[in-house]
Amino acid sequence: MGQFIYLDNAATTKTAPEVVEAMLPYYTEKFGNPSSVYGFASANKEAITAQRDIIADALGAKSNEIYFTAGGSEADNWALKATAEAYAEKGKHIITTKIEHHAILHTGEYLESKGFDVTYLDVDEDGIVRLEDLKEAIRPDTILISVMYANNEIGSIQPIKEIGRIAHEHNILFHTDAVQAFGQVPINVDECHIDMLSASGHKLNGPKGIGFLYIRTGVKIRSFVHGGAQERKRRAGTENVPGIVGLGAAVSRAVRTMEERSAKESALRDYMIERVLEEIPHCRLNGHRTKRLPNNVNFSFRFIEGESLLIMLDMKGICASSGSACTSGSLDPSHVLLAIGLPHEIAHGSLRLTLSDETTKEDIDYVIGNLKEIVEHLRKMSPLYEDFIKKNS
Amino acid sequence: MYSEKVMDHFQNPRNVGEIDGASGVGTVGNAKCGDIMRMYLDIDENHIIRDVKFKTFGCGAAVATSSMATELVKGKTIEEALKVTNKAVMEALDGLPPVKVHCSLLAEEAIHAALWDYAEKNGIKIEGLEKPKSDIHEDEEEEEEAY
Repeated sequence: MGQFIYLDNAATTKTAPEVVEAMLPYYTEKFGNPSSVYGFASANKEAITAQRDIIADALGAKSNEIYFTAGGSEADNWALKATAEAYAEKGKHIITTKIEHHAILHTGEYLESKGFDVTYLDVDEDGIVRLEDLKEAIRPDTILISVMYANNEIGSIQPIKEIGRIAHEHNILFHTDAVQAFGQVPINVDECHIDMLSASGHKLNGPKGIGFLYIRTGVKIRSFVHGGAQERKRRAGTENVPGIVGLGAAVSRAVRTMEERSAKESALRDYMIERVLEEIPHCRLNGHRTKRLPNNVNFSFRFIEGESLLIMLDMKGICASSGSACTSGSLDPSHVLLAIGLPHEIAHGSLRLTLSDETTKEDIDYVIGNLKEIVEHLRKMSPLYEDFIKKNS
Repeated sequence: MYSEKVMDHFQNPRNVGEIDGASGVGTVGNAKCGDIMRMYLDIDENHIIRDVKFKTFGCGAAVATSSMATELVKGKTIEEALKVTNKAVMEALDGLPPVKVHCSLLAEEAIHAALWDYAEKNGIKIEGLEKPKSDIHEDEEEEEEAY
C-alpha cells in the first residue's frame, strides 16, 4: 500500500478498481430509475437482474432469492425481526450465540423486549458452537436459529453444515450472518440447509452501503421497508443501482480470485501466527488454529492494553484493530473474547490483524518487528507485568 | 482523537519505573475496566516529593495522565500535591475525549493512594486526604439502552 500497511480488512476493504469502474456509468449516463418506463432507465432493471444472477450463482441459490439491502446490519435486522413477526404464532423462541455481531445481538435483545425468548449459546475456547448445546437448546416453540458463518473478531468458522442439518431436521429456520465469510470461503446454501444469509459489499472489495439478504423460496418473511414494489415488494425504495452493480462486480471478482487469494492469505496468516507465538512471550492466539478465515489473525498479549498497542502501531504506519470496530467505541472488552473464556485483562490486550490479497511477506515481517518492540515497551510500563515478574523471580 | 500533548506524554512518558524502598506506593483501577495505575513516591523529611515514578496498564490516555500527574507533583509538598486534581491533569494535557475523563480521575486517585500509603507507614494524618477508593468505576452507572 505504500505509505501504510492496512491490516484491518475485516473492518472494511479497499474498493477494487474494477468495481469502481463498473459503478461509475451508473452515476453518470445510466442514472435512470429502474422502475421508469423509458428505455435508458428500464435497462437498469436488467443490470440489477444480472447482479442478482451473479450473487445467486456464488451461493448455489436462485436469482429471485437475493434481496438487496443497505448492508449487513440491515440484512441481519430484517432476517430476525421479520421472521419473529411472521412465525410468532408458531413459537417465540430464537437461538443464537454469544459471539454474534451486535447487529444480531442487539436485535435479539430488542426482540426479548417484545416478548420473544432468545437463547445465546456459549462457544468453546476456540470460539466454536458445540452442536450438543444447540440440540439441547431446541424447544417445540423454537422458530429460528441464527449462527454466524465466521466470526468477525477471531475468525472462527462455525460448523454451518451440521447446524443447518440440525435446524432442518427440527423444521426450524436457519439464518447465518455471512458478512465476514462470503467471498472468503465457498458457501452453498443448499448443502448447508441455509434459509437466510446476510452479506455485505464492503467486506469483499465492494462498495459500502450495499448488501443483501438471501431468503429461500417458501420462507414466510414480511417486508422490512414498506413502500414501492422493489425487491418483490419485500424491500421498498429506489434501488441503489451503482451499489448493486458494484456489489455484483465485487462478488464476481471474489469468486474468480477466491482459491488463489485464500491460499496466499492463509500461508501468510500461518507464517505470522507461527512467528508471533514463537517470538513474543506471554501471547496467545484467539480463535481456532485451522478452522479460521484465511485472512484473520487475533492475538492477546498479556499485561498490555489494546488501545495503546493500536496507537503505537499506527505511529509505525500499521492499521489494525482491537476487537471489532464497533466494540472499540465502548470501554468494555470484546464480548467475543469474554465468550471464549478470556479474563478481562487479557481480553483488553487483544490485537486483530486481517490481511488482504495485497499483503506481502515483507509487510508481515515489518509488522512483527515493530510488534515485538511495542509489546516490550508497553510491558516495561505495566504494573501487571511488574507483579508477574516479582511473583516468578 | 487525542491532543498533541496527550500523544507526546503517551509516546514519551515521563517518570516511568519503580522506586526501591519508596515512601509510599498506591495502585488504583482494575483490569476489568482495562486500566491500572501504580504510583511510587519518594518523600523527604520536609514532606517534599523528591521523586515520583509510575507504571500503568491502560489506554493512551491512561499512560498520558499518569505521566502528566507525576510531572505535576514532582518537587511539590504533600499539601501542594493534594491540590493536583484530575481537572488540573486534564488542563495540562489540553483536554481529553469525554470517554477518557475517567483516566484523569484515576491519576488523581493514584497520587492520593500513594500519599495514603505514606501516611499509614509513618503513622501520620494528612489534612484533607481521604482513604482513596481502590476502584474509581464503582460509582459509574451503566449506560441505559434505548429502543
